[in-house]
Amino acid sequence: MSQKLLLNAIEIDIILNRLACQLIENHGDFKNTALIGVQPRGTFLLYRLKKLLVENYQIHNLRTGLLDITFYRDDFRRGEEPLKANSTEIDFVVENMNVVIVDDVLYTGRSIRAALTALQSFGRPKAIELLTLIDRRFSRHLPIQPDYNGRQVDAIGNQKVKVMWKENADEDAVYLLKTNDQ
Amino acid sequence: MSQLSVDHLLGIKYLTPEDIQLIHKTADQFKEVINRPIKKVPSLRDITIANLFFENSTRTKLSFELAEKRLSADVINFSAAQSSVKKGETLIDTVNNILAMKVDIVVMRHPNPGAGVFLSKHVNARIVNAGDGAHEHPTQALLDSYSIREKLGSLDGKKVVIVGDILHSRVALSNIYCLKKLGAEVMVCGPATLIPRHIQDLGVKVELNLKKALEWCDVANMLRVQNERMDISYFPSVREYVQQYGVTREILDSLDKEIVIMHPGPINRGVEITSEVADSSQAIILNQVENGVAIRMAVLYLIASKIQHNDQ
Repeated sequence: MSQKLLLNAIEIDIILNRLACQLIENHGDFKNTALIGVQPRGTFLLYRLKKLLVENYQIHNLRTGLLDITFYRDDFRRGEEPLKANSTEIDFVVENMNVVIVDDVLYTGRSIRAALTALQSFGRPKAIELLTLIDRRFSRHLPIQPDYNGRQVDAIGNQKVKVMWKENADEDAVYLLKTNDQ
Repeated sequence: MSQLSVDHLLGIKYLTPEDIQLIHKTADQFKEVINRPIKKVPSLRDITIANLFFENSTRTKLSFELAEKRLSADVINFSAAQSSVKKGETLIDTVNNILAMKVDIVVMRHPNPGAGVFLSKHVNARIVNAGDGAHEHPTQALLDSYSIREKLGSLDGKKVVIVGDILHSRVALSNIYCLKKLGAEVMVCGPATLIPRHIQDLGVKVELNLKKALEWCDVANMLRVQNERMDISYFPSVREYVQQYGVTREILDSLDKEIVIMHPGPINRGVEITSEVADSSQAIILNQVENGVAIRMAVLYLIASKIQHNDQ
């Protein structure tokens, strides 16, 4: 297996600041907006953005939540292992709110499709947007695109994009992994 | 571990401690789901479940049906009272006729012990035992242990007494297996006539005096007196049973600690426990009912996850 560095820590920091500024441009003081991270890997990106928005851009009362999509996925009973659930932590009703779904990598679009369905269990949002750190643009199975995007990556079938965070891997980095060299 | 070691839920006896913990952890997530504004998830939308109740049941049947519907499964119900069982059809024929309608999971309550095990060997569907005679009632034990864990943090080292009609109780047997597997200490308490011989072989203590049992325990699980299973008299009168084994406010106040009171329902108010105790903050009877739906959703989800999509 070979790996290629796509983004280093400095580049990730620049991207996160850009994404935070883009969010502020569209949502102002976030009075009627919530950021919701898709479990499990969207949570790291969500917490980074939250930290930036609160500490660097003085956004107070930012509402955030974590959404588990396990029970809404369309590949239940199709894999080797059963799907293992994570926790959902949304302590507000999203009725009439602007919601930004946050996930690290947009690949086939099926996870985001599941997240859109799962979100309906918490009310009918006014509008839903999607923020991703990496958009694998040639791998989509569904017509889903991000509204905010850190980096577009052209990856093919046997390649995998791996996002590492200091919180879980001791470094901020994004790698392109090749499972077998051809 | 992310999947059960068994293909059917026939009894707690066949589960490992890891299986029970997996069911509890999965139920945590479903408990969150059933407290949402919209309580339904689409996980089992392509699964059909038959609820076969050869014996009367209200709350278990309702709880299973609600769990199935909240998982978006298709549900068919069968009650022996209005069926061809009355015309002499065998269990296997009845179930095979239902399975011919492409049913994936059978939830069955049956008056004969071992009916679930028997069925699992002869039909091609996943079986969930919803109570078989005086043998096992696994989902009740799972929800009871889940409720204790929720109230006290864990089961390990906790002392639980099961009070009442141990002899006829499938709840007692499943509870003993489940609590022991999770590291709790278990005692049974009741009239000597309603305590099965050799029950100590299961690793439980036996106490005939209710006050002593309550002084020992952290949790008291009060069983219903099952008049319908008693073909002979096991105690002189209900009045005498109440005097010796009924839990009242006075007995609880006489203890120098607060214990948790449980009851699998339906309660004979004024027999096993007084209304004052049943409605007190010490009782977690309604929590047990709520947790029952989450536990049954978890069991059905985990059993269904073992049916490969291509198998259908």
